Amino acid sequence: MARKTTSLFAAELVRPAVTASFRKLHPRTMAKNPVMFVTMVGALLTTLCIPAAGDETGFVLQLALWLWFTVLFANFAEAMAEGRGKAQADALRRQRSETWARRLRDGGGEQRVAATDLKKGDLVVCETGDTIPADGDVIEGIASVDESAITGESAPVIRESGGDRCAVSGGTRVLSDRIVVRVSAERGHGFLDRMIALVEGARRQKTPNEVALTVLLAALTLIFLLVCVTLRPFGAFAGAELSTPVLIALLVCLIPTTIGALLSAIGISGIDRLIQRNVLATSGRAVEAAGDVDVLLLDKTGTITLGNRVATDMVPATGVEPAQLADAAQLASLADQTPEGRSIVVLAKERFGLRGREVAAPHATFVPFSAATRMSGVDFADTGGRGRKIRKGATEAISAFVAEQGGRPNREVLVAAEQIARRGGTPLVVADGSRMLGVVHLKDVVKGGIQLRFAHLRAVGIRTVMITGDNPLTAAAIAAEAGVDSFLAEATPEMKLQRIRDEQAAGRLVAMTGDGTNDAPALAQADVGVAMNTGTQAAREAGNMVDLDSNPTKLLDIVEIGKQLIMTRGALTTFSMANDVAKYFAILPAMFAGVYAANAGSPGPLAALDVMGLHSPQSAILSAVVFNALVIVALIPLALRGVAYRPAAAAVVLRRNLLLYGLGGVLAPFAGIKLLDLLLTALHLV
Amino acid sequence: MDAILLITIVVGGTAVLSWPLGRYLRWAMDPLSLAGPAGRFDRLFRAFGGRLCAAQQDWKQYCSALLVFNVVMFTLAFGILGLQQWLPLNPDGKGALEGSLIFHTAASFTSNTNLQHYSGEVHMSYLSQLGALMWPQFVSAATGIAALTAMARGLPGRAQMGNFFVDLQRATFLVLLPLAALVALLMVLGGMPMTLQGAAKVMTLEGVEQIIARGPVAAFVAIKQLGTNGGGFFGPNSAHPLENPSFFTNVVSTVSILLIPMASVWMFGRIVGHLRHATVLFAVMLLLLLVKIGAAVVAESAPTPAFAGLPIAQDTGNLEGKELRFGAAAGPLWAVATTCTSNGSVNCMHDSLNPLTGLVPMVGMWLNATFGGVGVGMINMFLYVVLAVFVAGMMVGRTPEYLNRRIEMREVKLAVLAMFAHALFVLGGTALFAATAWGQGTLNNPGAHGFSEILYEFSSASANNGSGFEGLGDNTVPWNVATGLVMLLARYLPILLPLAIAGSLARKRASSASAGTLGVDTITFGGMLLATIVFLGALTFFPAAALGPVAEHLQFPK
Repeated sequence: MARKTTSLFAAELVRPAVTASFRKLHPRTMAKNPVMFVTMVGALLTTLCIPAAGDETGFVLQLALWLWFTVLFANFAEAMAEGRGKAQADALRRQRSETWARRLRDGGGEQRVAATDLKKGDLVVCETGDTIPADGDVIEGIASVDESAITGESAPVIRESGGDRCAVSGGTRVLSDRIVVRVSAERGHGFLDRMIALVEGARRQKTPNEVALTVLLAALTLIFLLVCVTLRPFGAFAGAELSTPVLIALLVCLIPTTIGALLSAIGISGIDRLIQRNVLATSGRAVEAAGDVDVLLLDKTGTITLGNRVATDMVPATGVEPAQLADAAQLASLADQTPEGRSIVVLAKERFGLRGREVAAPHATFVPFSAATRMSGVDFADTGGRGRKIRKGATEAISAFVAEQGGRPNREVLVAAEQIARRGGTPLVVADGSRMLGVVHLKDVVKGGIQLRFAHLRAVGIRTVMITGDNPLTAAAIAAEAGVDSFLAEATPEMKLQRIRDEQAAGRLVAMTGDGTNDAPALAQADVGVAMNTGTQAAREAGNMVDLDSNPTKLLDIVEIGKQLIMTRGALTTFSMANDVAKYFAILPAMFAGVYAANAGSPGPLAALDVMGLHSPQSAILSAVVFNALVIVALIPLALRGVAYRPAAAAVVLRRNLLLYGLGGVLAPFAGIKLLDLLLTALHLV
Repeated sequence: MDAILLITIVVGGTAVLSWPLGRYLRWAMDPLSLAGPAGRFDRLFRAFGGRLCAAQQDWKQYCSALLVFNVVMFTLAFGILGLQQWLPLNPDGKGALEGSLIFHTAASFTSNTNLQHYSGEVHMSYLSQLGALMWPQFVSAATGIAALTAMARGLPGRAQMGNFFVDLQRATFLVLLPLAALVALLMVLGGMPMTLQGAAKVMTLEGVEQIIARGPVAAFVAIKQLGTNGGGFFGPNSAHPLENPSFFTNVVSTVSILLIPMASVWMFGRIVGHLRHATVLFAVMLLLLLVKIGAAVVAESAPTPAFAGLPIAQDTGNLEGKELRFGAAAGPLWAVATTCTSNGSVNCMHDSLNPLTGLVPMVGMWLNATFGGVGVGMINMFLYVVLAVFVAGMMVGRTPEYLNRRIEMREVKLAVLAMFAHALFVLGGTALFAATAWGQGTLNNPGAHGFSEILYEFSSASANNGSGFEGLGDNTVPWNVATGLVMLLARYLPILLPLAIAGSLARKRASSASAGTLGVDTITFGGMLLATIVFLGALTFFPAAALGPVAEHLQFPK
């Protein structure tokens, strides 16, 4: 999937969208959106009124034209939103269109079949250069795979049987070696297929909130229909003949066309914004749920801290020169290729100017780290025959080593190590033979800026829980440094699942990320489960989103997108309703200007309601209708991008949006309609 | 200046009184513990109701109990009114009533509307007044209080909402009867008649014999005001000198109109366990009430344009249609109070109000939630709250929640259905009668004022208000049938639908509140709610208002 972001109104998106807006005029498509359906019926009726309009033909013709534009603009907005997702989906589909698979027969041997014919559970072989025909799990072999087709990341990734890196996606390419894949999703049901369907809107189901809003908009439409229908007898009572086109113009201006037109575009663009961040959601519902999340369960490693511990300090024992400790620590780490080991070499160099030395056999023998000894180091075979053994490692291991060498553990060093552990660090005791030299302080490095993001989340009422395998002491220290609200130490998958259930029982919505098979139950239990693309197929099936970049921090973006999506709906609903005030003041005086006039021809009492001082009744009505249509186009970018999101408490956000979209929505059309009136009059259109 | 003092004393005083009464309502309607007197009453009511009072009811059972009881109440009222000429307690020998009037009156009193297309002292026997009209004034008001109690129980998650028959008895015997006795006593002290003797025959100073209608007025008036009923004992309602003899009874009446609707808000807040939310609702309602009173009093202090150019001193404001013992300010104050709550009693002729003043009572009935009817006003407010929460909830970026429960499709659908029904009854009814002889043939005035008369009548019926603009010959079969039906539908839909919403919310999983959830106890939310009420009302009724009172006002030369 291309990560490039196309500009909002790129020509290759606009052209198909224009065609699509006409195609969407089909009544069955229109019926899904009650507001726009009523608008279309209004446009149709107005068109039918043109022949009978007499000397008002020009006016009614323009009304009809703009009413059709209103409908088309709405369709255009939806088509634009779909087009952006489709552009990415098309690229994918082209890549996968003609894939052949090498299916393993039960009795042995291979069979060449079309990828479309694969069934769940089939075994297929993929070798260098083959495209993997379907989603599945590697059950045999190891291979490097190019997943740039979906992730946009050009560096190949390793996929191997067993463990947490066994999932492969259809459409990706094997670069080397041979693997056997068990197909886990039939063609058309893989998550890429689901994603394509989702962005294309073909199987897009309305989310619960969208359905509720549609009901509200339909009811408002019904109320305004009632207002306009009863206005005819009201007018007749007052002696005013109201023509059908004028009543339809009022109706279309009053019903919430702005939000009605943009509603589905908002929903689609929410999913689309996720895709641009390389996250695939399996349903629109998941995106909406993301906005409601109360608790985030975050894995410490990779999300909150950088993956590796780094040496940050060295504490020498009394009588040991700091440089001496640094020297020994560096020697013990020279051949140590772990990130921790390398960071010790770097620290020694930075602090004491000790260059990394070439120490080669036969003088030196390196002792690598093993889980059994829990230490590593180097042995020098001295020319004098006396060997020198330098070790670094866990406190207990080094204590045992020193004792074995005939020395005694240094109590002072042990206390220092204890203190480091208490502060959330990992102590690495360094010994030279029987003598403990001191401690190296290894530290988890909290990602830059993560604290601020957690503060933002707290402002919008979301709590963060850090999940870690560390002991409670270490966990508490890191939690405090990163600014998470609580932590789960020495966590097992069962504890994780239990924690989610507890939070949910207390009425909170939980989001989490996970990659391993043992994360699958928790991912399924969580309200929003984001599986890493590098993870297992089980994890990807259990979650309701997949992050193609496998970046756990992405969860924070997902929450923001979900909130922004619902916020955009609310803001545009408010704006749409607030607009009606000005439209009333434009159209009602125009309708009833002559009613109850003292003598025929002079303006009646209701002409006083024309606060905008519009040119004529016709220009007033037309200006309102044109404004109503153009505001849809003007707000398409807002619908596609979403309203500005700044994390703050609910009351603050509400106040800001009420002022912007409520008050702004009341005022803007007064200016807009007046300007259009001046323009229409200047152009002699009315 | 006098006007401001009067408003402060009446509105402010009532607001102060409503606080302890709200506390009492909670104790009476939904006691926290059944120890002590609360338990004794509870056992008494259950014993009295027998099997009817045995079980706890969910929203559906509660609604059916409520409906069945109201059908019985309607039938009984219908029977007494229909047979009054043969029944006892008829010292003045009142005759039979016309069929559609019987239907209309029974519907009117069952639905707590008390729209009267008759004149009490002319048409009704004492038994009709007491048995068909006064008794429903207690139980229809009690129905409203019970419904609100049930709804408030449902919102925090009690799917079993209580027992209707127990609640009905609580509201009647613990709330309405004691308060009515107290107010009736004050009224008698203020000079109101309270007797079962027939009309008084007196010889005037001019030597003419005059028949003065009287009866058990004080008892009738007390519950008429307290239960937001509004049906007068006499035709002219509280403008009649024996139904509202003095400034003192006028103040007691105005306070009684507002008292229980105000206290209902506090009761709601206490039962749902969110008093700060109730405070915001109360503040929004109070603000709307004060704005309307202010507008009405200012508009009415202006001379009536109809008298412009005539040699009439008008420096006291518009006194047409008002009782001189109350003055120009007490009239509009009452007019607003009686229409903001769904009371509908009047102490001046609304027909004679200045056009813009006349608009204010209509606005009160269109919104119908600025304290509103006993119990049901708060229920109506709840509908606006649901819609405000829905839109505001989205604006803060979450699926909307109210009191920790999600507002979804079902809740929105039920709430807007109730809103639509109100608009349909007012606008649809007005359109029908404005277009046909049914309405046109009954008007006293042509043009905008005549339109206002029709609009007012349907607004009054749909808001279960019961006040009349008058000037309308409304005792005709079409008017009786149409407004009768509107009153019944407009009474029960806005009770059943919100109870259904509460029932639906009660079954949902409660979520926990956080800084990201929309708080319903903030000033910002109050603003949102106010905007929702004003916008929905204005957008629905603006064209009708423009063609009625607004056009009439603008017609007069400046």
